[in-house]
Amino acid sequence: MTAIPLGHILTLAALLFSLGLVGVLTRRNVLIMLMSVEVMLNAVNLTLVGFSRYNAWTEGHVLAFFIIAVAAAEAAVGLALVLSVFRLKQTTYIDDLRLLKR
Amino acid sequence: MTAFSFSPPALLPIIVLLPLLGGIINGLIGKRFSRQVVYAVGCTPVLASFLLSVMVFQGLRGAMVTDPSAAFRFEAYHWIVAGNYSFDFAFLADQLSAVMLLVVTGVGFLVHLYSTSYMDDDPGIARYFSYLNLFIFSMLMLVLGKNLAMLFIGWEGVGACSYLLIGFWFKDMDKAEAGQKAFVVNRIGDIGFVVAIFLLLAYAGGSVDFDSLRAHFSDSARAIDHAPTITLICLLLFVGACGKSAQIPLYVWLPDAMAGPTPVSALIHAATMVTAGVYMIARMNFLFALSPHAMTVVMLVGALTAIFAASIGLVQNDIKKVLAYSTVSQLGFMVIAVGAGAFAAGIFHLFTHAFFKACLFLGAGAVIHGLHHEQDIRKMGGLKAKMPLVNITFLISCVAIAGLPPLAGFFSKDAILAETVALKPEAEKLAGYYEGGFKRQAYAQAGVAGAEAADIAKVAAAEQGIRKQYIESVEHLGMWRKVAFALGLCAALMTAFYMFRLYFMTFTGAYRGDHHTWDHAHDAPWPMGSALAILAALSVVGGWVGMPFAHGHYNFFYHWLDPVLARGKELIEGELTPSVEYSLMGLSFVVASIGVFIAWQMYGRGVSEAPARIAAGMRPVYNALLNKYYVDEFYHAVVITPLRAVSRALFQVVDRVLVDLAMVRGPGYVLVGLSHLGRLAQTGEVQAYLIGTVVGVAALAWYLI
Repeated sequence: MTAIPLGHILTLAALLFSLGLVGVLTRRNVLIMLMSVEVMLNAVNLTLVGFSRYNAWTEGHVLAFFIIAVAAAEAAVGLALVLSVFRLKQTTYIDDLRLLKR
Repeated sequence: MTAFSFSPPALLPIIVLLPLLGGIINGLIGKRFSRQVVYAVGCTPVLASFLLSVMVFQGLRGAMVTDPSAAFRFEAYHWIVAGNYSFDFAFLADQLSAVMLLVVTGVGFLVHLYSTSYMDDDPGIARYFSYLNLFIFSMLMLVLGKNLAMLFIGWEGVGACSYLLIGFWFKDMDKAEAGQKAFVVNRIGDIGFVVAIFLLLAYAGGSVDFDSLRAHFSDSARAIDHAPTITLICLLLFVGACGKSAQIPLYVWLPDAMAGPTPVSALIHAATMVTAGVYMIARMNFLFALSPHAMTVVMLVGALTAIFAASIGLVQNDIKKVLAYSTVSQLGFMVIAVGAGAFAAGIFHLFTHAFFKACLFLGAGAVIHGLHHEQDIRKMGGLKAKMPLVNITFLISCVAIAGLPPLAGFFSKDAILAETVALKPEAEKLAGYYEGGFKRQAYAQAGVAGAEAADIAKVAAAEQGIRKQYIESVEHLGMWRKVAFALGLCAALMTAFYMFRLYFMTFTGAYRGDHHTWDHAHDAPWPMGSALAILAALSVVGGWVGMPFAHGHYNFFYHWLDPVLARGKELIEGELTPSVEYSLMGLSFVVASIGVFIAWQMYGRGVSEAPARIAAGMRPVYNALLNKYYVDEFYHAVVITPLRAVSRALFQVVDRVLVDLAMVRGPGYVLVGLSHLGRLAQTGEVQAYLIGTVVGVAALAWYLI
């Protein structure tokens, strides 16, 4: 099995990250925005794993698992917030969530 | 003297602190006490202080048997120590302090006793006695202070108490303002006093302790060779004395101070506080004696004040105003004395004046009290019948202040006038003292620094010239003594006249007020009466301690003060021969008699047209006197109005614009404006913020990579 070159992995990660960033910046639905954030996190994970493998280290792998765990917790808290905001405002659209401005 | 079982120095702090304790108790919880308890708490500490003062006095007499210049010192602790400067919290009871101690606590107690009756219908009685006790405390600090700093604490304390008591009935705006006036005018004098203390600190070895100051200025090797510096310090001290002792130009507060309760006028504004300036100058005699020029200024200001105030007193119609101007005038006499170098005579007059002036004021208070707060002597008359005790005590003190023998005022006033012409500064001795300064001046004048014979001769010649010039200038001052003497004599004449005018208009003739008041008029109740009787008795015998030639050539009072005033006496020479002394006594007697006689002619023989005729004949003079020479109006126009205008301008420009707007509100406005700008960025849209973050991170990455 030939190894996938590092450049490919980094390119994929960069694409994923940009995709997630664009999602966060452009989508109006908070749920979609959260999902985009997950994509960005996973892009970073991919970078870590890629470098780890290329250099034959283990720290990157460990860190990736760590990030997956934290991301799960983050998603739980984020979704809970979205849920309670939805109960309050009957919407998950970010344009309607500007309470601090008023 | 038998052995004393107490130690007099240890009594000093107790004497001082007892009245403070009384003041604190009455001030804090006096409101809950019944009147009797307030009286007891107010009077007892002062009586105790007086008895302890007598013990200190006796102790001092005992100690003087072995050491003629004995004095009691009590050093509590070092108060301030900074570098070379140090102030101790310490008391000194020497012969001068002992005299003041007896006067302050003695007259103070009588006034307290009198007040229990005079203030018997006043609701603020606890506050009154609290202030009065605090005053006694401050005054004792003043006379017992061992250094100028301690004296200054008392000096400010009595000023504050005076302010509180003048404005005691603060609901009356005029009275509150009179208190304020007294306070402000005294502050002006205090500036001079404080600057003088600083100069002394700088020039006299870092201590303002009286003992060390005296040692410093007695030692010609270490002495300041700058005659002008000493003169400046003396004049600044005198500015302070002018404020406290009501001399021209700062006397204006004292007549207004009569707004306070009458016992307060007797104690503070006649017997004790106002004499603080005289006391201070006598205390600093070793310094003043070094500057004949400053002394002459002091003497002339005193003489002018004496005659100026006496002339105003001639025509006043308010019983307390007459006494107030009389006080200013008598203070002028004391200042003449200390200015002429007759320190003992000045203190002697202070001592006798305390008795008869307090008696006069308390008598006036009894009249006012008896007539339901009537103060206008034109509405009095014939009170002899209603108030026999007040009448006799008032008459005695009038005779005493007028200067008729053998009452107290005669001896003291005569001593002042006699010594004013008899003494003169020892110019030769003083010149020896300032030798260093002359030498330096001579070098500067000759313009040489070399050690050649010709140069030395040149310098010596210049020095001789400067020395001669100095001695001549000191001797020229002698003529001012004659001026002061003449003014003093005129003032004495006026004193006799206005005092008896006051007496005749109040106590003799027909009553001129309304009948209701007359029917209710009553003699003094016992606390007032006993205070009056004691003070009247002292007005009779008080002068005898200073009687010249009473025991051969021995004057007890002067001899007593010798240890304190020795240094001043060294630098001032002159002695009265008995013949001169007796002829001057005769002159004083004649002058006083003339004054009394004129008063009797004009006011004592029933209704007379003479006063009205004379007033009409000299209308402008009369008006000027009646309106106190328009000095208040003058100050108002020249000092107060411009000061207010400047203050207003400063308020409008500096305070409102510069401070309020530019420095306080300005930064606030700028911040609020900037915040408005910043607010624009806060859209509330999460994604807008995120774009900002992303762009920021990208820029940072770009910059770093």
